[in-house]
Amino acid sequence: MDLNTKYTPQSWPDHPENTTLEGKNKFVGFWLFLGGETVTFASLFATYLALKNKGPSGMEFTTEGLFELPLVFIMTMLLLTSSLTSVYAMYHMKNYNFKAMQAWLAVTVLLGLAFLGFEIYEFNHYVHLGFTFNQSAFSSAFFLLVGTHGAHVVVGLGWIILLMVRNAKRGLNLYNAPKYYLASLYWHFIDVVWVFIFTVVYLMGVIG
Amino acid sequence: MAHDVHTHVRSQAEYEYKRRRAANEMRGHVTTFAIMIFFTLIAFTAVYAGFSANLVVPIILLLAAVQVVLQLYYFMHMSHKGHETAQMFLYSGVIVAFIVLITFLTIVWW
Repeated sequence: MDLNTKYTPQSWPDHPENTTLEGKNKFVGFWLFLGGETVTFASLFATYLALKNKGPSGMEFTTEGLFELPLVFIMTMLLLTSSLTSVYAMYHMKNYNFKAMQAWLAVTVLLGLAFLGFEIYEFNHYVHLGFTFNQSAFSSAFFLLVGTHGAHVVVGLGWIILLMVRNAKRGLNLYNAPKYYLASLYWHFIDVVWVFIFTVVYLMGVIG
Repeated sequence: MAHDVHTHVRSQAEYEYKRRRAANEMRGHVTTFAIMIFFTLIAFTAVYAGFSANLVVPIILLLAAVQVVLQLYYFMHMSHKGHETAQMFLYSGVIVAFIVLITFLTIVWW
């Protein structure tokens, strides 16, 4: 089979992401990777919960004093909405509508960039307060957990942008459909992790 | 490639049926999204309202868990056929995740 075979909306398969053997392998491999990612984040969450508010005696930084909920609320809405826009992108991918898919992915990227901007602002603000990475056990655990999530956002954005640019003139085929599908799965997983971050780190942090 | 892909060109009726089904599913996704936004609002409001932590913490953890299940089963299509292996991998990860959390919290907090 030639991976560059041209399709029409009428001949486009129901599940273009795992119609080819390559697509099937990627699909299984990617879910195995997501299982591993779950464990990675669990260890970071466990470290954070164990070291929350712990530091040198007289440390003035606490979760109640540091975190600002309005900022976290905006970030949550941005990432949640970007999850929906990537669902729209995959809806158009399955309908063999390349332009609409690229457009929705572009919206996803913009929302992701806005999220990242807020996160950089937040970290910068903390560092200016003196809450740096090596200030305390608490600060290390916090920056490592939230920063690893932020790094995932950066990787996800880079991945989606590269796919969009590389395939801009190629259009949809069974070679790149699995790639787009997995990038969107990765983006949803980033949102899954964020749901726990805003609940466990920020909301539970403000409650004390 | 050692793996043949059979192309089936849909008739007009089959094509319209497929589009309708996809549009229906997309409407379901928008509903799921509305539920997620609603849960997020409840979680933030519960914290702002200043109820006792013993009440709020279990509620927001439960809301987060439901949101994640919606995200996995609908947005990431884990409810679709052919996701048995995916479920096995993910749940294995979740089991290890729980053991790690319980271990850390009991060792450090005991």
